[in-house]
Amino acid sequence: MTPREPGASPVASVEGRHAGGVIRFIDKTFVMAELEIRKLRHDASELVTRAVQPALWLLVFGQVFTKIRAIPTGPFRYIDFMTPGILAQSVLFVAIFYGISIIWERDLGIVHKFLASPTPRAALVSGKALSAGVRSLSQGVVIYLLAVLLGVNINWDPLALLGVVLVILFGASIFSTFSLIIACLVKTRERFMGIGQVLTMPLFFASNAIYPIDLMPGWLQAISRVNPLTYEVDALRALMLSGGTSAFGIGVDLLVLFLVTAALIWLASALYPRVAY
Amino acid sequence: MPFALETFSLTRRFGSLTAVDALSLSIESGETFGLLGPNGAGKTTTIKMLVTLLPPTGGGAVIAGCDLRRQPGDVRRAIGYVPQLLSADGTLTGRENLEIIGKLHDIPRCGLKARVDEALEFMGLADSAGKLVRDYSGGMIRRLEVAQSMLHRPQVLFLDEPTTGLDPVARRAVWELIRRLRRNYGTTILLTTHLMEEADRLCRRVAIMDRGRIAAIGKPAALKASLHKPGATLDDVFIRFTGGALDSGGNYRDTSRTRRVTSRLG
Repeated sequence: MTPREPGASPVASVEGRHAGGVIRFIDKTFVMAELEIRKLRHDASELVTRAVQPALWLLVFGQVFTKIRAIPTGPFRYIDFMTPGILAQSVLFVAIFYGISIIWERDLGIVHKFLASPTPRAALVSGKALSAGVRSLSQGVVIYLLAVLLGVNINWDPLALLGVVLVILFGASIFSTFSLIIACLVKTRERFMGIGQVLTMPLFFASNAIYPIDLMPGWLQAISRVNPLTYEVDALRALMLSGGTSAFGIGVDLLVLFLVTAALIWLASALYPRVAY
Repeated sequence: MPFALETFSLTRRFGSLTAVDALSLSIESGETFGLLGPNGAGKTTTIKMLVTLLPPTGGGAVIAGCDLRRQPGDVRRAIGYVPQLLSADGTLTGRENLEIIGKLHDIPRCGLKARVDEALEFMGLADSAGKLVRDYSGGMIRRLEVAQSMLHRPQVLFLDEPTTGLDPVARRAVWELIRRLRRNYGTTILLTTHLMEEADRLCRRVAIMDRGRIAAIGKPAALKASLHKPGATLDDVFIRFTGGALDSGGNYRDTSRTRRVTSRLG
């Protein structure tokens, strides 16, 4: 810090003003994600404990259901069919409780400091979404390792892998931003945890994650078709598996995921400042 | 002397409660101004409005030449803010806390490291820069937070109860820091406090708020003299203008928050 010359215009009020709105938005989103990565670097234990649940699903549930062939999954073994579903599930579980960090940061005053900085509100929200995406990607790595171990027929095409990364980031953004919106509305940890618990399982079961939609009764099919998780799983199934196909078309999946992400980030940016009231 | 901050009938209502009632005050450039008052007098609400966290219900303000309502983005660039709560991130190091906030404030990346180093030096935190903030003492956390709020060299700095929960030694260190900020950077400082001693030592002028209004405003010496009582302290002024304020101990949430801050500062 050097003393400011009297009468000199403050550097901060000029700095960055000329940067375009979109560039600023992207830049600040990455700063928020950097914050998260630095936290994870100091304490990565959460990533390990998070890996236990998908491992159980794949190793126990997956193995048993593959053996009894209870669920018709076309040309795929059941374990192949469910692996993309379990990836989507672990992304969901990471993201859906992410909003609690907002309540935590509100109680600490961190939110107040971010909101009083010139960072665009939408970038604060999308930065949180990207942070949840970073955590989810580490889950993706764990699930790929398990999948190799279980002999799942993985598609190693680089473009397909890139597609998987993109879908994971979308999935994490959707459910973490959804969670953030709930946190903005309920404002206390206790209420938030209750609602999070209530939402997770219905989102998971009313999707194509562990059984095909065709097997569901009509009303459940209707629900699963408006569930973003269904489109996430559909895209993952097409991209992750060698010879995998998408029921809706990958283009449709990505478009749905993008539109839902954008709508939720827009809504959350409007609600987020109220957290500091 | 130009004003660094002016408010015009600034008002905030929560339902039927008027937390800040038509507040008008002017703070000169380079002045350290103290906002005093019992819990619930509207001090924090006033600061939250001035740092753009809370939209006013009525009235307005001009801060560093920027209109609070029309140019909130410009106001945010011109101010620094240390919330009453502890706002440094305990899971990051001191240096990381500064780097992230610097990036959020658009400090050019090429000069960021030098500025962070300077700030750590200025605050006496250079030796602890690589330690996680959760291992800092309360006084160190407060100094780090002031460093964060000053990194982009704001014209106006808002400190909401900067010494609440600090022990007397750490409190004195923060006072010294505030004096040095004013001396070295000419920063205009608006702070809130319960401590009359703090206001008396640091502030050129103080305003005593009670139930959302200014009950008295002026230089500490002038306010004391106005009581026409030999040996009057600022405490006497406070009691005289807030009517003792025994009934206003703050609500449950305020109290639990203050205790939480205090216990974290340990």
